[in-house]
Parts: sequence; structure tokens; C-alpha cells
Amino acid sequence: MKKRLTYYSLIFACIFWTCSNEVVERYTPTPVALEIPALFEDRILNPILPVDNPQTAEGIALGKKLFFDPILSGDNTQACADCHAPQNAFSDADRFSEGIDGSIGRRNSMPLFNLAWNYEEKFFWDGRVFSLEHQAFQPVTDPTEMKNTWANVILKLQQHPQYPGLFQQAFGNVTIDSTLVTKAIAQFERTLISSNSKFDEFLLGRSDLSPAEQRGFNVFMDENKGDCFHCHGSDNNPLWTDNQFHNNGLDATFTDLGLGKFTGDPSDNGKFKTPSLRNLAFTAPYMHDGRFATLEEVIHHYSEGLKPSPTIDPLMKKVAQGGVRLTEQDKSDLKAFLLSLSDYDFINNPDFNDQ
Amino acid sequence: MTRAVPILLLFVVLFSCQKDNDDNASNVSISFNFMHHWDGTAVTNQDFNRIKFINENGEQLSIERLRYLISDVTLKNQNGEVLVIDDYNLVDVTNSENLTFSPEALIPTGVYSNISFTFGFKNEKNSDGAYPDLNSASWNVPQMLGGGYHYMQFDGKFLNSTNTEQGFNYHAIRAVDDPGDNPVFPQDTFIIVNLGPVTITDTPVFNIEMNIAEWFKNPNTWDLNMYNQMLMPNSTAQIMMFENGQHAFNLKTIEQ
Ligand code: HEC
Ligand code: HEC
Repeated sequence: MKKRLTYYSLIFACIFWTCSNEVVERYTPTPVALEIPALFEDRILNPILPVDNPQTAEGIALGKKLFFDPILSGDNTQACADCHAPQNAFSDADRFSEGIDGSIGRRNSMPLFNLAWNYEEKFFWDGRVFSLEHQAFQPVTDPTEMKNTWANVILKLQQHPQYPGLFQQAFGNVTIDSTLVTKAIAQFERTLISSNSKFDEFLLGRSDLSPAEQRGFNVFMDENKGDCFHCHGSDNNPLWTDNQFHNNGLDATFTDLGLGKFTGDPSDNGKFKTPSLRNLAFTAPYMHDGRFATLEEVIHHYSEGLKPSPTIDPLMKKVAQGGVRLTEQDKSDLKAFLLSLSDYDFINNPDFNDQ
Repeated sequence: MTRAVPILLLFVVLFSCQKDNDDNASNVSISFNFMHHWDGTAVTNQDFNRIKFINENGEQLSIERLRYLISDVTLKNQNGEVLVIDDYNLVDVTNSENLTFSPEALIPTGVYSNISFTFGFKNEKNSDGAYPDLNSASWNVPQMLGGGYHYMQFDGKFLNSTNTEQGFNYHAIRAVDDPGDNPVFPQDTFIIVNLGPVTITDTPVFNIEMNIAEWFKNPNTWDLNMYNQMLMPNSTAQIMMFENGQHAFNLKTIEQ
């Protein structure tokens, strides 16, 4: 009885509310739940979704169009996707990406996937931007990237035959502005989920590892050998990153201060965000400055190439000897394991490709 | 890491029956503050990343990362009845996070003969991959070492015998031998920290101190030149950590 009363009053309240809003026909885009992969659901915390930018079908579609459209750049020649291409797991194959006027940045483009699981929401190699929405503001006006002004972007979008309609579908009856552009792009970016590598299949019990991959995983997890799991995730943290900032011993002195430039704390100098080890088959070259062209070089670095510096992470071992000196067998096994984290379904997913 | 609110379960042994009859007892929330010092000098993350501490063995060292897990706050009343709060907290000194632990469970006021918590996880709670927030914090122990979770991750650098900075990873886990498919466990290394008797009247706050220097001191004078890295698969080191950790914590004050 009591329950029924509550229901009635609820319905009443709804009717009342609708009446009072009758004048404005409120448009709501179609909500879309983020598809959380079973493995993530099972093992790690839920993704971060901002309340003021819910995922919608129209918002995602608009974000995707914007992501692949050179209209955002100063001279209509460069899209986000030029430096974040699907076939490269949304990174690019260059060491440093080229902006619209041929100027070269000083960092390697970052792959884009599982971004909603970056719980602290610190983006870029140095974590200088909070949230995906804020991140998307940067490349458009960056002089070494798309070198545009927001005023110009908005003008072009407003005069475009399709965009005004698409923005209305995504956000209702509003004027296009930079905030809406970044919201749409962020919605699309959150859908870029990679969870179908061979190793994922193995964890789900649907596939076996080769003996080399299995041995390589053991090298990765063995504190006496690779000891990679303290920073790069594990079978229990299938993001394959801690999304934290470390100095992994690349340099004795720093030309790029990384996190330290942003925080101003010298003990952060030379620290960069741990990249995910998913999709390494598509994301060469490696490290924040793309200094290593191959995984062999990366493994050589950890095995015998470590350089001491005041901020080198204490997890780096036997620095005086250059590293733990893995055997050739361990190295090739480790490489085989790392490649088993690459997700071919992800790069071929039609939802993520242009048109 | 977001501060995840862990799932709460309260095991009440015998208490529930008693409570119904006892009109005087009320239930209150309890909380714990974790504070840290080095032989009496307060330590916060502001003191990290500089070689500024000297351990019992005379080695100069820095702290770069310090996190540890506490679980199973346990109260024993005067009749010997035991109340276990089935919850855990990852104290993260590096980021000044979770330095206060407020379990959601409410505790009946009254006189208790002992309150304790577990440093780490008891073995039956230390199940591999069971806690998504700890997995997300990369707190796991590899399955080849028995799986489950770290008890403590204490990383830093020390000046070694050639006066060079060298990393150390004082990682406490369940001691393990024969890493691989069938690891064996020589002895338990989680630590029950007894804080002594307490009378709970109103929402007590327990101020708990950890003397970080103790981990290097008593009964084993820790030699960082000998034990610095790759200590997880080293059961001798783990057992020494367990022994030294016995005196690392104490109850400073109770506010209520
Ligand atoms: C000229 C190449 C270039 C273009 C164009 C470009 N990016 Fe980037 N992107 C980069 C580089 C390089 C980085 C890393 C920069 C750094 O850390 O300082 C990066 C980093 C990012 C990151 C951070 C990822 C993380 O995990 O922290 C995101 C997100 C991103 N870009 C999205 C975009 C979007 C959206 C656009 C279009 C609006 C775009 N990028 C256009 C090169 C580019
Ligand atoms: C102390 C934390 C830490 C440990 C331990 C660690 N890494 Fe890294 N790793 C990082 C960081 C930080 C970067 C990025 C560094 C940079 O670009 O300046 C990185 C970069 C990489 C990259 C390049 C990825 C890319 O997309 O550019 C690979 C591959 C890699 N690590 C593999 C490994 C392997 C294999 C091990 C174990 C042998 C390992 N790492 C151990 C922190 C760590």
C-alpha cells in the first residue's frame, strides 16, 4: 500500500514536471552505455565517465566525424587521425609527428585506447592535462600541430552544410562552440576500447599461449628477470599500465623534463607516463621521444641499457651493470609475450575507422 | 587511483543477539589515522626523494614510494567475543591518500580488551585478483609467487658500499619458496598489530604511528647492501621483514 502510494506520487511528480516544461520540447540524444569488456568488469575498477558529458549515439558519431575531419586544422589539411591513425592503434608511425606547417613536435604521438580507464585522468606523456575533454582543446591550437584558432574552427563548423545539424542532434538546440567540439571528440575517444588480444583470449580461457609467449609472460612477472609488472600491469590489471609517471632509465641527463616541467618539482624530472603494452605491434617507434624503432631495442634497454640519474625509478635493477642482463632466450620470449598483447580486432574495428 | 570504497561486510559473532536486549549500547563509527615517523621525526611525502634518513646499519637512504595494506580491524570484548570488520585500506603515503581509514561498519560502544588490525592480508583473504581496486592500483603479487597482494611497497635509494645511489625495493608479501606452479609457504608473514585495550564511548579516532626506521632495526639489523632488490622471491628477507615489522606500529592516541 505504502509502496503504491510512492509510485503514484512519483508518476504525479513526473506529469507535473513535464507540464511545467511544456513550452520547450526538450530534445534528448540517445544514451549509449560504454561497453565494458568482461575481463575489465571482472578485474579492475569501472571507467571514469563525466556526468556533464554522457555518452550518446549522436555525440559519438559527431566526435568520430570531427576526429577524422581536417576541418579542425588551420589549413584544412590535418585531422586528429593523421597523428592518431586506426591502423597504428591511434598513434602514428613517425618518431615525431609533423604539424600542418611542417614543424616537428618533440614527442612521439600516443596511441589512444582504454582512455576512460585512466582513473586519474592525467593525459599526455607528462600528465599536464586533466580529462579527455580538456585534452582535445590542445592539438587544435598547438602551433606544431593543427595550428588553428577556435574562432576559426567554430566559424567553419557553423558554415558547414552538415555540422550544425549534427551538433543539434548530439546536444540539442545549442550554438556550436569549442566545448561541444571537445565533448563530442571525448565521447568518441571513450569508445576506443581494446580488449581482444590473444592474451585476453588466453585469460578468458578461449585460447592457448605458445610456449614462447608463456615463458615470456614469466620473464615479465619474475622479479629476478623482467620485473615489468610493478609498472606495466599484469593478468590482474589488463590495462597493461599503471598510468603513473616514472623515469625508466633512458637518459643520464634530460633534454625533456617530462613531468618535472609540469610540476616544477626537480624530483619529477625525466618522468613520463607508463604507456600501455597493448598493441605494441602497431605503435612503433617507442618511448616518449620514439627513440627505439623496435621491441628488440626496448628490451635491450631494460636488459643492459639503463642509465643512472637522480630520478631513475628505484624499481630499475642493477643500474650500474646497465640492467638485469636477460639471456637471448628470455629476450625473445619476452618479445613474443609482448606481441601477444596486440589486438587486431581493435585496429580493424569498422566503428573506429573513417566512414 | 580513485579512492574506492571497499565492499563492507560485518561479521558479528554473538553481538547481534546481545544488542537487541541492551538499550544502552549504541553503535558508532570508528576511524584510523596513519602517521609516519623516523625514530621520532615526522615523515610525510614532503620528505620523499632525498637521501635524508640513516638506518640502524648506518646506511643513508631516501624514500620514493611507500604504500601498505591494512585489513581486518578486530575488536575483542571482555567476554572474549570477537568482532571483525571485513574491510581493508591501502595507505598511500606517496600520494597522501587513504591516510585515514573509516570503515563503514558501526561498532557497539563499550569496553574492549583489545583492538587490532592486520598488516597485509590474512592468507584466506589474500586471494589472487579478488579486489578490483587493488588490481587497478597494481598491487598484485605474481602467481608464480603464490598470487594475492603486496603487504607493503617501500621503494627508495641508498648509498651503497661504493657510495653510489642504488635502488631498493622493500616489498613485503607472503613469504614463499619454490616460485613457479607449486610455490610453498614457509611461514605466515602478515602481521597482527595489537593496539591494546580500549573503551569506546563515542566515534573514536585511532591515531596510529608507523616508525619507518623499525623496518631496518629490530631484531634484524637490515643490511641494504645485502638485501635491496628482488626480495619478493626471497623468503629469508620476507621473514626478516615480518620480524622487524612487529614493532613498527603503535597506537599514539585515541580521540573521542
Ligand atoms: C601533429 C600530430 C598530432 C595531431 C594532429 C593530434 N595529436 Fe594528439 N598527440 C600527439 C602527440 C605528439 C601527443 C603526445 C604529446 C605530449 O605528450 O606532449 C598526443 C597526445 C594525445 C592524447 C593523450 C593520450 C594519453 O593517453 O595521454 C590524446 C587524448 C590526443 N592526443 C588526442 C588528440 C585529438 C583529439 C586530436 C585532434 C583534435 C589530436 N590528438 C591531434 C600528436 C597529435
Ligand atoms: C619503473 C616502472 C617501469 C618498469 C619496471 C618497466 N617499465 Fe616499461 N616503461 C615505463 C615508462 C615510464 C615508460 C615510458 C618512458 C618514456 O617514454 O620516457 C615505459 C615504456 C615502455 C615501452 C614503450 C611503449 C611505447 O608505447 O612507447 C615498452 C615496450 C616497455 N616499457 C616495456 C617494458 C618491459 C618489457 C619491462 C620489463 C622488462 C618494463 N617495461 C619495465 C615504466 C616502466
